[in-house]
Order: sequence, then C-alpha cells, then structure tokens
Amino acid sequence: MKPVKYHVLHDISFDIRSGEFVSIIGKSGSGKSTLLYILSTMDTEYDGQLYLNEELITGKKTTELSRIRNEHIGFVFQFHYLLSEFSVLENVMLPAKKLGKKSNTEIQNDALEKLSMLHIEHLADKKASRISGGEKQRVAIARALINNPTILMGDEPTGNLDSYNSENVLQIFKRLKEEQGLSLLIVTHDMDFAKRTDRIIEMEDGRILK
Amino acid sequence: MMINWKVLLGIAKTHLLTKMKSTVTAALGVTFGIGAYITLVSFMTGLNQMLDDLILNQTPHIHIYNEIEPSASQPVSIYDEFSEAWNIVHSIKPKQSQKKIHNALPVLTYLNKDNKVKGATAQVRTQIFYLSGSIELGGNLTGVNIEEEVRLSNMADYIVEGTYTDLMNNDNGILLGAGLAKKMSLKPGDRVQISTVDGNIFPLKIVGLYQSGISDIDNIQSFANIKTVQRILGEAQNYITDINIKLNDLTLAPEMAQKLEKQFNVKATDLNEANAQFETGSSIRNLITYAVSVTLLIVAGFGIYNILNMLIYEKMKDIAILKATGFSGTDVQLIFMSQAMIIGVIGGVIGLMIGYLLSRLIDQAAFETEALPTITTYPINYNPWYYVIGISFALVSTFIAGYFPSQRAKRIDPVRIIRGS
Repeated sequence: MKPVKYHVLHDISFDIRSGEFVSIIGKSGSGKSTLLYILSTMDTEYDGQLYLNEELITGKKTTELSRIRNEHIGFVFQFHYLLSEFSVLENVMLPAKKLGKKSNTEIQNDALEKLSMLHIEHLADKKASRISGGEKQRVAIARALINNPTILMGDEPTGNLDSYNSENVLQIFKRLKEEQGLSLLIVTHDMDFAKRTDRIIEMEDGRILK
Repeated sequence: MMINWKVLLGIAKTHLLTKMKSTVTAALGVTFGIGAYITLVSFMTGLNQMLDDLILNQTPHIHIYNEIEPSASQPVSIYDEFSEAWNIVHSIKPKQSQKKIHNALPVLTYLNKDNKVKGATAQVRTQIFYLSGSIELGGNLTGVNIEEEVRLSNMADYIVEGTYTDLMNNDNGILLGAGLAKKMSLKPGDRVQISTVDGNIFPLKIVGLYQSGISDIDNIQSFANIKTVQRILGEAQNYITDINIKLNDLTLAPEMAQKLEKQFNVKATDLNEANAQFETGSSIRNLITYAVSVTLLIVAGFGIYNILNMLIYEKMKDIAILKATGFSGTDVQLIFMSQAMIIGVIGGVIGLMIGYLLSRLIDQAAFETEALPTITTYPINYNPWYYVIGISFALVSTFIAGYFPSQRAKRIDPVRIIRGS
C-alpha cells in the first residue's frame, strides 16, 4: 500500500516582523504545533517556502538547517528539556560552544549575563536535574538566548507551569521584546497569555482563521 | 562544516562518567578480550617456538649421507647391442659399498668456504652395543666435532650432566644418552664398554649425559669425539658418514640440497622435507589461538553494542535537545562514536597491560619436565606485533559495535520525541 499524503496544514501564509510578539492559538489537532516545527526548520516535510531574514530556508541540507537553528532560532519547549547530567551553566553554554564563534570565557560571561538577566545566576553551578520546574524553564530560555537569535520560538512554554511561574515567563518574554527587539512566536492554548501578545494567530483544522 | 571536537568530546565524557557502571562493564568486556588474546597468543606461540626448537635445533638444514640403494642403471642398459631389446633383470640388490661419503674432507672444506653456509660439520655414525656387566643394549654412537655441534645445533643445551669441554678434552670419553644411563645405572665418571658390530670391545669413560627430550633418541644415542669413533671402527681420518649443514637462510635449503646431490653424487635431504609436519602443527595451534581470541572480541563487541544501544535509548531526549539547539545528526553520531572509541582505547590498553602481566606470571611459573631438560618455566613469546594486533582488534571491534547504534542516534527525529511527551 502506498502511503497517502495527508495535509495537516492548508494555505498558510504569514510573516513576523522583527520585534513582534506573536502567539498562535488553537485546539489540539489544529496544526499549530506542526506549523511551529516547520518554522523551526526541524520538520522538513512540507510544500511551500520558508524564509528567515529574507533568505530561503526550504531545501537546504540538514547540516545547514542545524546551523541556522543554532545561530538564528532559540527554542523553548513545554517540558523544560535540559541535559540533566550537565550543570545549569553548561546547559546554557552548549549551543554557543557548538556555534564556536567565541572563546570559552566569553561564552561563559554571556551565559552568566543571561542567567542574571533572568535572576537565576545563583543556580549556575547546580546540576540541571536539581532545580525546580519554574527555574528549569528560565534556564531553557537563557539557553535559547545564548546565541542572540533572530527569533525565539516556544511550544507551550507555560503549559507545564503554575500561574506564578507562567506570569514570570510572560514578563520575561515581554522584556526581551522591549529591551532587545527580539521576535517571538509562541504556541499556546492559554487565552489569557495570548491576549497579552501583539498579535494572535488563531488556527483551526490546519487553516489560519484570522 | 567544521566539527567542534572539544564540545562533542566533552559531552561524550560527561555521558561516560555519569553512566560509570555501564562504561566500566563495556570497557571490561574489551579488557577481557584483549587480555585473553595477548595471554593466549604469547603462551601458544611460545610453546610452538619451544616445540619447533626442540626438533629443529637438532635437525640440520641439509643432511648429506650415502644412501644404500640399488643402482638405477644396470650394465646391460649401457651395452649398445641391447639398446633396442626388452631387458629384464631380476632381483637387483644394492652393491656392496662403503657407508662413507666419497671425498668427504674436500666436500667439507668446499662447504665451509660457501658464504651461504653458516657451518658444515662431519659426523661418523655407527651401530654399537653397550655392555655393562651382563647387560647388552643395542644403540648408536655418533662421532662428532663437539665444538662445532655446540655452535651449530645448540648441543650444549642437551648435555644435562658434565660439559662439552669434558668430552673435547678426553680421547676416550663418551656422552651417554640419559635413557641408557638410567637403564644401566651408570653415572658420569663410570666406565662403559662398547662393542662394535665386528665384535671389538672398547672401554670408554662417561664424561656427561645427553638428553634430547625425545626418549626414543635418549635410549639409544651416545656421542663421542669423531677421532674416537674412527679409531673404534679402525678407519682413517677421511672416514665420514654424514655431513650436517646449517645455512644462514633456511629457505635456501631445498635448492641447495638438490644442487649438492648432483654435484657430489650423494644423498642430501633438506629440513623442509623432513619437518613438514611441524609447520602444520604450528599453523593449527595458531588458528586455534586466533579463533578463541576473535570469539572473545566478538562477545566484547556485542557488550559494547548493547550498552550503547541502551545508552542511546536513555538519551533520546538529550539527543532531541542537542538537535533542536543546532547540533547536526553527524555531531550526535560522533558523540556516540567517540564514546565507543574511548571505551575501546581504555579497555584495550588495560587489556594489553593485563595480558602482559599474565604473560609475565606464566613466564615465572615453574614448568619442569624430563622431556625438556633446558626448560624450567613456561615459554612465552613477547612479540610486540601481538600487542599491535591486539589494540587494532580492540579499536576495530569497538568501532563496528559503536557504528550501528550511533547511526541510529544520527537518524533520530527530534520533533517526534519533543512532541511525543
């Protein structure tokens, strides 16, 4: 039997300006996460074109896509995926070490700066498995920011946090947008969260409603 | 694209250190395989070497003698008038001829001038009876140039009592076979009477005992100076029955034996002809050694394969994060490959050391047997090549064992794992 092509998404077309805070909302199965992973360059099975900084991304080799992710895209997941065997500082430093554009001491300084910006510099030497959920998510955000990306993407970054920590993360995102002009694209099903962003993209059955 | 080895090795190191138990287990597998290989191969080839030496040392590369055999052409075939006829000669017997090699002394001089020859030495072999009281035992007495024999066939190693100089300095001395001495309850310093086939009796003084380790030889064979034997037989100084040749290069033996046969009209056999079966024995023992070692390494390889597979399964999330944050599939593969190779190098090097230590231990172990008078401990062959082969084995097997799991890690789709949980 030949596998049948099944389109999760239809006629999607939108752009995000730099310094814009955009949220995507929709019910589960609406295709919002699929869209996010295509935009993140991790999912390459789609028809159409994807541009980042006016450069065509579609059709590039996987090693190039890895490099683009490394340099231009910061990612925050619902479950604060940290490397549990490494220290907080090492977790934050790793993408910058991979990029290899700065010396180790510079990277360490950058990492400590990001941690202090998120008020968690005191956790630097702790093992990633030894800190609380809210703290983990902030470490994940610090890691996403280490290479000063063009855009920060989040897949339900507050989905697994209590209201106090959710508010905290939202405040951090807003500050990043205002202070550093970072573009943000966050998938969420939390309407309260979405309402406080610049633009809401609502999805249903693989199409954008508005 | 450049590969940032420092970062990848750092991650590999952290994985290995946090999974210390699995790392040690995997490394021990390699250590065990390589250690066993080194020990086995050193011991086995040491034994092979010893067994070969046991025979080959005493065997000349080329042996020249006069074979008693019927003449191939009969007078009738020389006679022209019968050349067209159908000649039948019944019951051909060997011609009554001497055992001595014709012109032996010039032949010997000629051989000793040849630069391919390490040494050629003359012997007089004869059958005798050993007499001691009422005991009468048949056997062989060989007249030798003992100094040359010591130089060319390590004869000193087989003189268990007395020294070869004692024989050299005694015109009536005899180096008695150890088996004979035991049978006749004789010891060095005693006298033994020998009788020639013709019935002449001579008393000889036992100056030492000879033990080759092969009891069939030790029960019949004795040595005396070549002059002594010539005198016993009532023969002149040019009476020489055998010439033994050692060459500088053993492989030239067959060719040279053929040449000498034609040149001097004698019978010349070479060592390869006489000892083909030893080669076979050695190669079969080597085969067994390698079969066992390769089996051990394959088992170790499966251990590494399993542990890496497990590790990759446990590290699915880590792999997904690494890929999401910009590490390529190749980077991830290299992380796991380097883990396999680190295990291989550490396990292999420790294996070499353990193999060496075990070899030393076996080397010290007492091993005394009547059959091998010169050996006091187990033989070990410390050929450095075995260590090179051992570490190469370790690296190749860990590479193969690491390759397939790491290939799997390379292909893991991060989206599936991130969205799956």
